[in-house]
Amino acid sequence: MIRFTNVSKRYEGGYEALNDVSFHLTPGEIAFVTGHSGAGKSTLLKLIALLERPTNGQVIVNGQNLAKLGRGAIPYHRRNIGVIFQDHRLLFDRTVFDNVALPLIIAGYGPAETAKRVRAALDKVGLLSKEKAYPITLSGGEQQRVGIARAVVNRPALLLADEPTGNLDPEMSWEVMKIFREFNEVGVTVLIASHNIDLIGRMQSRVLRLDHGRYIGEIAATRSFV
Amino acid sequence: MSDPRMNRHKTRREQGDTTVRSGASTGRGGVSVALGNFFTHHAQAFIATLGQLSRRPFATFMTVAVIGIALAMPAGLYVLLNNAQRMIGNWEGASQISLFLKTGINESRAQQLVEQLHRRPEIAATDYISPDNALDEFRRLSGFGEALGALDENPLPAVLVVRLKKDVTDPVQIERLLEDLRKRSEVDIAQLDMQWVKRLYALMAMVQRGVLVLASLLGLAVLLVVGNTIRLAIQSRRDEIVITKLIGATDAFIRRPFLYSGAWYGIGGGLLALILVQLSLYILQQPVHNLALLYNSSFALYGLDLRTSTILLGGGGLLGLLGSWLAVGRHLKDIEPN
Repeated sequence: MIRFTNVSKRYEGGYEALNDVSFHLTPGEIAFVTGHSGAGKSTLLKLIALLERPTNGQVIVNGQNLAKLGRGAIPYHRRNIGVIFQDHRLLFDRTVFDNVALPLIIAGYGPAETAKRVRAALDKVGLLSKEKAYPITLSGGEQQRVGIARAVVNRPALLLADEPTGNLDPEMSWEVMKIFREFNEVGVTVLIASHNIDLIGRMQSRVLRLDHGRYIGEIAATRSFV
Repeated sequence: MSDPRMNRHKTRREQGDTTVRSGASTGRGGVSVALGNFFTHHAQAFIATLGQLSRRPFATFMTVAVIGIALAMPAGLYVLLNNAQRMIGNWEGASQISLFLKTGINESRAQQLVEQLHRRPEIAATDYISPDNALDEFRRLSGFGEALGALDENPLPAVLVVRLKKDVTDPVQIERLLEDLRKRSEVDIAQLDMQWVKRLYALMAMVQRGVLVLASLLGLAVLLVVGNTIRLAIQSRRDEIVITKLIGATDAFIRRPFLYSGAWYGIGGGLLALILVQLSLYILQQPVHNLALLYNSSFALYGLDLRTSTILLGGGGLLGLLGSWLAVGRHLKDIEPN
């Protein structure tokens, strides 16, 4: 599903966010990217969603070499990927329903199909009763779940989450992780950037470790931190 | 729950999503659904932007008012010019020469002259107005009827109104004819009546050009006003643009609502201009009517006709669209998620 081959990313000014990173994630996998802050976790996700382009190396997502995608193809590439952000990135001037419906409206679904899918996604994250609420009235955990509903409503094959539990208490964090696992169980590939070692240990899944932009191998799921 | 990836592929094909660039357009159904989506998108943006604008009525009205006033000025001048042309339109075409005959020329002498004049190729027709007829007309039109009654005798000369053929427009030719007529013994004064109308026409052609220049300048102003308003709208919705780009919105999708807002501003401005012009004409109507009465004329102001109204609304919409298009082209590219 995702293959990095000798990928480097150097920002203007010489800062090297990723240095010669190679790894492979098969379809249907769930994995974490971990490392200290500034290790390159976010950059790695940005390269997958084409928010950034690598300086060197090759990124292949869903069989597509991203270097071959021009500017015009980027939106269509992003529609195949659900992205979840630490700061949720919700639109505060519209309801939960409208926030979640946005990817479907962009993709051109009709009103009936949109409503059906939005409610299904909200039901999945347990927020069906809040569809008419505005994001500002929701707790941090609820806002994050709205973000997840928006990421999955288009039924993407790949979910990316950048520090999805960064602002949540442990209990909320675990709820969010369980939602990710449920999606993974129905075949969605999930890649989560996180430095929450405790949570990663409880999930018992693949962990990719970054250190100062270098890939320093994996921690087997069984060798948990607990 | 079934495999979401399978579902995704299935619905893709159903939706005729343009993502699948090679596949989606193969079936006829795919094309028609994609076209349907296209129109749905536009219809949604069209209505949604109207809703957005109506939620900020004051700000929207300010912009629309500026555009409306800018469009009303050239439109109003155009209407006035049109009315002026209509007013003098009756004299359009052939020139005419008035021959004031010497006193003592009786009607039979005058008729002889008429017959002679008819032989000249430049002359289309000749009307004889006897002193009595002239006096009647003067009494009727001037309002000095009672004062005229005090006169012992008719002071007015007989007049021959000579209408030239329509194709006689060469000033040199007309001047030569005028000279010939002046030399005739029966004629006291020969006067080319249409000279001033021609000058008026020349003047109006100049004013017309002026209106065009004014319209161009104010059109440019509308373009800038809409451009600036849309620029501010883009800046205030920066977060929204970033988020929609993040979840796969195309540039066209993001551009669309701004373009429609611009078009709405323009159409709204055009509508306001229409109302302003009609209102101004309504205010002018009574004084113009009074003035026309003084000239014994039934002239009434004409308002904007359907064609001009359509041009005003459509032109406003186009200017708005163009203005927002310029702003969107300049400012939307700078906003990229990171």
